[in-house]
Amino acid sequence: MREPGRPKGEAFLVEMRGIERTYTMGDNLVRALCGVDLTIERGSSVAIMGTSGSGKSTMMNIMGCLDQPTKGSYRLDGRDVARLSRAQLADVRGRMIGFVFQSFNLLSRTTALENVEMPLLYQGVPARERRRRAERALEQVGLVGREDHHPNQLSGGQQQRVAIARALVGEAPIIMADEPTGNLDTRTSYEVMAILQGLVGRGKTVILVTHEADIAAYASRVVTLRDGLIIDDRRQAPISAQAALAAAPAAHASAGASP
Amino acid sequence: MNVFSTLKLALRALWRNKVRSLLTMLGIVFGIGAVIAMVSGGQGAQQAVKDVFATLGTNVLSLQSNAARTMGASAGAGGGASLTWDDLRALETEVPSARWIAPVLESRSAQIVSEQNNWNTGITGTTSVWFKIRSWEAAEGAVFDEDTGNSNAKVAVIGKTVATQLFGSTSPVGQSVRINGQPYEVIGVLVPKGQGPRGDNDDTVIIPIKTYQQKLEKGLAKYIRGSILISMQEEDQAERTISQVTALLRDRHKLDGNAEDDFRIRNPAEFAKAQQDSTERISTLLAIVAAVSLFVGGIGVMNIMLVSVIERTREIGIRMAVGAKPGDVMTQFLVESLVLAAVGGLLGLALGYGAASYMADYFGWKMFFPATTAGIAFAVAGGVGVAFGLYPAVRASRLDPITALRYET
Repeated sequence: MREPGRPKGEAFLVEMRGIERTYTMGDNLVRALCGVDLTIERGSSVAIMGTSGSGKSTMMNIMGCLDQPTKGSYRLDGRDVARLSRAQLADVRGRMIGFVFQSFNLLSRTTALENVEMPLLYQGVPARERRRRAERALEQVGLVGREDHHPNQLSGGQQQRVAIARALVGEAPIIMADEPTGNLDTRTSYEVMAILQGLVGRGKTVILVTHEADIAAYASRVVTLRDGLIIDDRRQAPISAQAALAAAPAAHASAGASP
Repeated sequence: MNVFSTLKLALRALWRNKVRSLLTMLGIVFGIGAVIAMVSGGQGAQQAVKDVFATLGTNVLSLQSNAARTMGASAGAGGGASLTWDDLRALETEVPSARWIAPVLESRSAQIVSEQNNWNTGITGTTSVWFKIRSWEAAEGAVFDEDTGNSNAKVAVIGKTVATQLFGSTSPVGQSVRINGQPYEVIGVLVPKGQGPRGDNDDTVIIPIKTYQQKLEKGLAKYIRGSILISMQEEDQAERTISQVTALLRDRHKLDGNAEDDFRIRNPAEFAKAQQDSTERISTLLAIVAAVSLFVGGIGVMNIMLVSVIERTREIGIRMAVGAKPGDVMTQFLVESLVLAAVGGLLGLALGYGAASYMADYFGWKMFFPATTAGIAFAVAGGVGVAFGLYPAVRASRLDPITALRYET
């Protein structure tokens, strides 16, 4: 993985200023984020670390336009998204962000191809074009020949690769992965991380949310949160998942945990 | 998202739960089916009632001696005779709005015998104008002319049913029959009229009025032991004719101001109207019940859609995460319920049509397929789909993507 990229153009891809997020839980006011500043350059790979309750999930939700900050400004690709409507946010998500989840979040009883096509459906891409692009995305994650498999016919690693293909298909510049290896065994984790690192090499910005230090080690920058504040922000030389995969004992080629 | 993709998505989701979709649809199927069957059946029944009364002849009044009241009990219509043959002649000359007037003497049951068979039927004694009043012509032979009608000739005009029973397929005209032992010559067979309010119109024998008096009543009485049919010049003259007849008869019977009429005038058209009204009321009621069942079907759709939204919370979350707008999610669920209702509506149309034609067949009335009703019912089915699908769809669209993504099924 290359060094944290220099921003293309003037602005940062992600630019958060003074982000606060409070929830009311019953009578209690929970301050999940208490004034966070963070900028992320295009083409970088960032791991957001923290224990549960540190605010990293809230951070990811806001960054991924699934949630909005109570206070502060968030500019995504130069556009202020902190005060957009729900429909506008959905549109931004569709075009800017591809999600990869710990539990894969594929639609059951739906083929891999259809799962991958889904984001394009909401961007009004015509059916033939959707199919073509979905096939290409599956090819990129090495799942040629599995287009018509349903999630329950795929291993955990394969399911996660379908999810990555789904994140790629819309040409979104950001891939946001929330504990992407949490449900996978070690070897399959290497495979998935290798794919994600490969994406960074092709100019995507990958944001990893994890509580595991050895997963964060694959990123070129580690941001650590605690109690709603950034307590550490380090750049590092990432280790290569490809190398780790080569060194790993050759287990069953496509073994992976089931969801 | 375009219409085609949305529709495809909805069909796939429904197909995934085939049995459930089918069961949900059944409510709509039976609702629409019932509405169509009831409206069609109602119209058929009304037409049938109308047809039955049409066989009586239109703009006709029936005049009878009123039952003499004994201790407040009625002795039956025509029981206490008060109308005389002189009254009849007076009516003929002094009621201007009357067109034709015919005395009708009836016996409900008499034995009638041909060479081959015998049969039991009602005998009517009347004059030639009776055929005009009832606009009833001979299919074969002839009905009475004026002279025959007023004579004591031993001739008879018979209905189709009697002709068939006595003579089979051979022509009865010119043949001889015996009624209560007396020989009569059949001079005509009437055009078949089918069912009337008092049963088979064609199961009848008509003989001249004087013949009836002499042979069946055994003698010429002063009173008319039957009724008088009056046909009016115009259809809307019923009230005027009734008041003219009433005035004349009260005067002739010397009834003073407070005395009750000793006769009774009935207007079959009014009776027919009452019958039709009650048929209409019943069919309206049935249609309302059917509409209620359609409404219940709609609630079934809503119920299932609500369950479906909850079941698919995670799916909704995923779709929202990859860029589905609240409107997209709402449309998806709305189209699903619309498709359910529309397919149900189509099946309901088929069911309703089948039920209606079966009913028409069973009750022997004309099949009405109310195209407008079918159209309306189908539109209503679609409306039900939208109306009852809206709430679940809105609920789905309002889900918070984060909560929905974390939802555990």
